[in-house]
Amino acid sequence: MYTISNRLKMGSIILMVVGLLGIGYGFLAAPSTVAEAKEIVAGHDDGHGGGHGEEASPAVSSEHGEDHDAAHDEHVLHQLQNKPWAALYVGAFFFFMIALGALAFYAIQRAAQAGWSPLLFRVMEGITSYIVPGGIIVFAILVLSVMHMNHLFVWMDADVVAHDALLQGKSGYLNPTFFLIRAAIFLAGWIGYREYSRKLSLAQDEANDDSNFKMNFKISAAFLVFYLISESVMSWDWIMSVDPHWFSTLFGWYVFASMFVSGITVIAMVTIYLKSKGYLEQVNDSHIHDLAKFMFGISIFWTYLWFSQFMLIWYANIPEEVTYYVTRIEDYNLPFFAMVAMNFLFPVLLLMNSDYKRINWFVIMAGLVILAGHYMDVFNMIMPSTVGDQWYIGIPEIGAVLFFAGLFIFWVFRALASAPLQPTRNPFIEESKHFHY
Amino acid sequence: MASKVIQAYYNDDDILMHAVKKVKAAKHHIEEVYCPFPVHGLDKAMGLAPTRIAITSFMYGCVGLIVSIVMMNYMMIDAWPQDIGGKPSFSYIENMPAFVPIMFELTVYFAAHLMVITFYLRSRLWPFKKAENPDVRTTDDHFVMEIEIHDNESELKDLLSDTGAVEINIAEKNLH
Repeated sequence: MYTISNRLKMGSIILMVVGLLGIGYGFLAAPSTVAEAKEIVAGHDDGHGGGHGEEASPAVSSEHGEDHDAAHDEHVLHQLQNKPWAALYVGAFFFFMIALGALAFYAIQRAAQAGWSPLLFRVMEGITSYIVPGGIIVFAILVLSVMHMNHLFVWMDADVVAHDALLQGKSGYLNPTFFLIRAAIFLAGWIGYREYSRKLSLAQDEANDDSNFKMNFKISAAFLVFYLISESVMSWDWIMSVDPHWFSTLFGWYVFASMFVSGITVIAMVTIYLKSKGYLEQVNDSHIHDLAKFMFGISIFWTYLWFSQFMLIWYANIPEEVTYYVTRIEDYNLPFFAMVAMNFLFPVLLLMNSDYKRINWFVIMAGLVILAGHYMDVFNMIMPSTVGDQWYIGIPEIGAVLFFAGLFIFWVFRALASAPLQPTRNPFIEESKHFHY
Repeated sequence: MASKVIQAYYNDDDILMHAVKKVKAAKHHIEEVYCPFPVHGLDKAMGLAPTRIAITSFMYGCVGLIVSIVMMNYMMIDAWPQDIGGKPSFSYIENMPAFVPIMFELTVYFAAHLMVITFYLRSRLWPFKKAENPDVRTTDDHFVMEIEIHDNESELKDLLSDTGAVEINIAEKNLH
């Protein structure tokens, strides 16, 4: 039985407190008047010797057709007011996405009746426990958006919709009520599956037959069908709709690849951590090797989708589609391309060698880069449409990451400590113990 | 040079693996093991040096990547400049997204095909090559372990019959 160490507990609480301070600072520092916003933008220019702030003046977006400065200043004010909210949302979604990706991986193992992974089931169940607090926080942010506490989702603004024929056409789907109903259904489905599967998994250890195991197989297969649809729709709702004019048909897959690889990476990292503390004795090099192979493979899968989305839009060159990449390449050049390096080049070069996939510290280092890369991925998906060229990775952004990292660690390890780390009566447990690649 | 070899026959890969480990533990040099299918971990058990074919494959992949770039630069940019996707920039780097699929395909193509050819050459497998396996049963359901004899015939025989061999033969062989 694993018990959470005091150092880890204290560490996670400190992360949460520091993170909360950072988030609070972000909200306090956000400007409330146009004059304050101007001051902040001017201050930025000095600080960075003409960094990205410089582009603020010429980049008047097409929404303000009649070029007047007042409208632009107003726009910058809204972007700066959005900034702490966007930072919070990116952090909240990123850690929620890790848990959801791990849940998908877990469900696949269950539905495939995989023989190698049962030893890791409790680790996966621990990580997926975070979808309860993580999901509730993301939902709360969405509810606050619907209540007009922030302007992350421009289509929620009735004024904007009244002047926008495209948004009027989409309002049968993109309207606040239906949006929240969908979010509630998806979260209920994901959390419901997670809790029920965990219950069956624990009950299997006490049972005299395999009925719990079989039931788990059935609900996992059903969950995967639900997940594939709900995850896709979720990605349109929660991410793609921050830019409601733009759409991409493979966006659901793209977000899925991101969450899947992040989830697997965290499974590998938690496993290695627990092993280093002397738990999970039966987990051997081959298990780590397999997880690292998934990290490698899904990183390439993510790149494939990233590039497929980019190339088709680049080739077709349709104005309403290319704006998405024009903004990212002009205003987000460094994060946009750094993300590709971190999510593709790095894992490819580091994890290509078969032997390196078994070196624990190597997997941890590659995993940290992959996680940072996928945080940047979410950042690049949310920020351009919510804060425009006013982005900066500063106190609010780092604060949000620290807070949710702390909450994630606290919650996940608390869940890990609540049950034995090794399932005893899973029918494949012997195969898993002897798993040898 | 003709020399005498002892050939031990096995009909199960697990038994073979245990036999190989036992023979290695007794400090005998195993000349060759003939198998109907690849046995995982056999190379390590026999003490063979790790394969370097992955390194050659990586290098072939790099060659493929370079070939694809040079080829497309010549065909699409230099010799007959193409207007790609309505963007007549006539620059390789600006049109690169369109070339990436071909760059990827040729990298994989070169890496895979040249690696297979290298493997055949290195394994001395060329057309009309005469089979080296000592017994046709090694293409069906038998494994044969071959050990060179240096005046220790009876010792080897005892050792091998203990390892679960189903048949033991002594043969004259031309070793390369």
